[in-house]
Amino acid sequence: MAVTDFSYVRQEMAGPKPAPSSEVGVVHWLRTNLFASVTDTIMTIAGLALLVYTLPGLIQWLFLDASWTGTDRSACATVSQGGVLPDGQSGACWAFVSAKFNQFIFGRYPSELYWRPLLVMVLFIALLIPMLMPKAPYKGWNALALFIVLPVVSFFLLGGGLGLEPVETQLWGGLMVTLILSFFGITVSLPFGILLALGRRSNLPVIKMLCVLFIEVIRGIPLITVLFMASVMLPLFLPDGWTFDKLLRALIGVSLFSSAYMAEVIRGGLQAMPKGQFEGADSLGLSYWQKMRLVILPQAIKLVIPGIVNTFIGLFKDTSLVYIIGMFDLLGIVTLNQSDANWSSPVTPITGYVFAGFVFWIFCFAMSRYSLFMERHLDTGHKR
Amino acid sequence: MKKTILSAAIGAAVLGTASAASAATLDDVKAKGFVTCGVSQGIPGFSNPNDKGDWSGLDVDYCRGIAAAVFGDPSKAKFVALSSKDRFPALQSGEVDVLTRNTTWTISRDTSLGFNFRTVNYYDGQGFMVKKGLNVKSALELSGAAVCVQQGTTTELNLADYFKANNLQYNPVVFEKEADATSAYDSGRCDVYTTDQSGLYAIRLKMKNPDENMVLPEVISKEPLGPAVRQGDDKWFDIVSWVHYAMVGAEELGVTSKNVDEMKTSGGPDIKRMLGSEEGTKIGTDLGLTNDWAYNVIKTVGNYGEVFARNLGPDTPIKIERGLNAQWTKGGLQYAPPIR
Repeated sequence: MAVTDFSYVRQEMAGPKPAPSSEVGVVHWLRTNLFASVTDTIMTIAGLALLVYTLPGLIQWLFLDASWTGTDRSACATVSQGGVLPDGQSGACWAFVSAKFNQFIFGRYPSELYWRPLLVMVLFIALLIPMLMPKAPYKGWNALALFIVLPVVSFFLLGGGLGLEPVETQLWGGLMVTLILSFFGITVSLPFGILLALGRRSNLPVIKMLCVLFIEVIRGIPLITVLFMASVMLPLFLPDGWTFDKLLRALIGVSLFSSAYMAEVIRGGLQAMPKGQFEGADSLGLSYWQKMRLVILPQAIKLVIPGIVNTFIGLFKDTSLVYIIGMFDLLGIVTLNQSDANWSSPVTPITGYVFAGFVFWIFCFAMSRYSLFMERHLDTGHKR
Repeated sequence: MKKTILSAAIGAAVLGTASAASAATLDDVKAKGFVTCGVSQGIPGFSNPNDKGDWSGLDVDYCRGIAAAVFGDPSKAKFVALSSKDRFPALQSGEVDVLTRNTTWTISRDTSLGFNFRTVNYYDGQGFMVKKGLNVKSALELSGAAVCVQQGTTTELNLADYFKANNLQYNPVVFEKEADATSAYDSGRCDVYTTDQSGLYAIRLKMKNPDENMVLPEVISKEPLGPAVRQGDDKWFDIVSWVHYAMVGAEELGVTSKNVDEMKTSGGPDIKRMLGSEEGTKIGTDLGLTNDWAYNVIKTVGNYGEVFARNLGPDTPIKIERGLNAQWTKGGLQYAPPIR
């Protein structure tokens, strides 16, 4: 008799059992990420304690006790300081930031002409975003528009000329100047840095010497000195009646400075390339420039992306130093406005600095995240 | 010390070329169509930006006054913000036409740096602010104190002189910016903050507990603040000086920006002479300006009292009394030579 139906035999596969409770869920996540070992546990508790200690006070100061609206210092000062807040209360003075917001962004640029910097900003974003996306087409034209056409167009848009009312650079300021300086510095320093790095490794003694001299001299001087020389000493040497635009001086100073640093970063990448790559390219019969362009530089630059971005971020933050030559970048204009007696109160300076710090952080963090993305995108499996 | 020698040397080196080349500042100014003034990087009440981003303050109004005298239009003034270190090279090199940057008139600035001062738009003096908790009643009790001070100013030098003359020890804590020095004092980094008295009024606004601080009675220096021009251009020097005298004189005669129009026709002979409405007057043209130069200054900027009240007086947050800056008829030092 053929046995065809055993009620005690399963017809279908048993489903997987849920993982043990110690391997899933919140408890497991906490165990592996926060309390994996004694050291981890101590660190976690210390970290939590720090947060508990600082966060409530910070939130209280930044938001709950903050003054959001007002037209002068009384909104942000306590009664004993000559204001309206109850004594003992201290919170951020966002009313100051909102009253001065246009200045923080555009400096003292005439308000009826704000459309000009705004238009430049829109063009910049419209060209930058496809440039940053690896898959977007027409990279060559895009680069030409972003790095050559845009600076020229924005020069006329911002400064005037060609029928537009001129606005002298004395009136430019705020975030606008910070972005102009750093964009220009970044755009100039990368190609110049590459040329200087190649020059420093060149076999031609004169070129090599000039590049070494340039890099070592500029790297040996603090940026603040370069700017100070350009602003204070230069006019004394120039013939009378010659003035050199301050923004231009700062642009040149900042670009020279970052080029020297960039050169050393790129040279690090060139030195990391195995000798076989150079020899391989030579054996294919490539010329020097072909070899560099097709074989060496793409690999070398990829290796030093973190260093390059580091230099960019450093440059972005260094632009604040133009304050000493009487230009007001974002930080400069925040500091300048602290001297407005209508707004001076104990919390005004800190609020201004918090605002400036936050804006700087947004830009630097964005640059850093993009560089991580590029590193992953360009990773071709050479990681060791 | 080194800094002084260096700046003196730069001044001396530049003097020869600058004074010869810029002998006619008025012509340069008229040719370019605006006056360029050196102002501070933010001193409350003297030169600071307002909410619209325009410069305001006593020094700024002086610059506007000069523009009004030359062009009849106070908006033809441009401002270059200068740190206390940069201000002298900027004037020497011709980057600015006049320095209205609350600069103390001293002999070395007048001679070796190659500038000219004549008028004082604010009589200041250096004082000390301390915390009441220190229980100090006089600056002579400050031995061993940490003193916050701004670098590159006469304040720093006066401080050293005062403590040396009285055989007191002190630790200077030096900052480049006034704002940094004051917040350092407020947060307890120093026991004492020293600057000009006008500055002490302004920083009270930034104190967490203004009532816990006091200003010591000693005024340890004379700080006559006024506009400076390059040596060797007497015509321009006269214009800058007489703009000040017209503003002070107008206050003495009771001419304000509001009543200047009626005063021009109905005022006494001295008022008419000043405002250029006297028959056949040549006062303005002798200065190299139009005869209504003083009228333009008073009409657009105001007299000295109005400018003071607008920027520093009791109705502003800074609340400074006139004190030494009152008219000579009211016990102050502001005294204008006759306009005739």
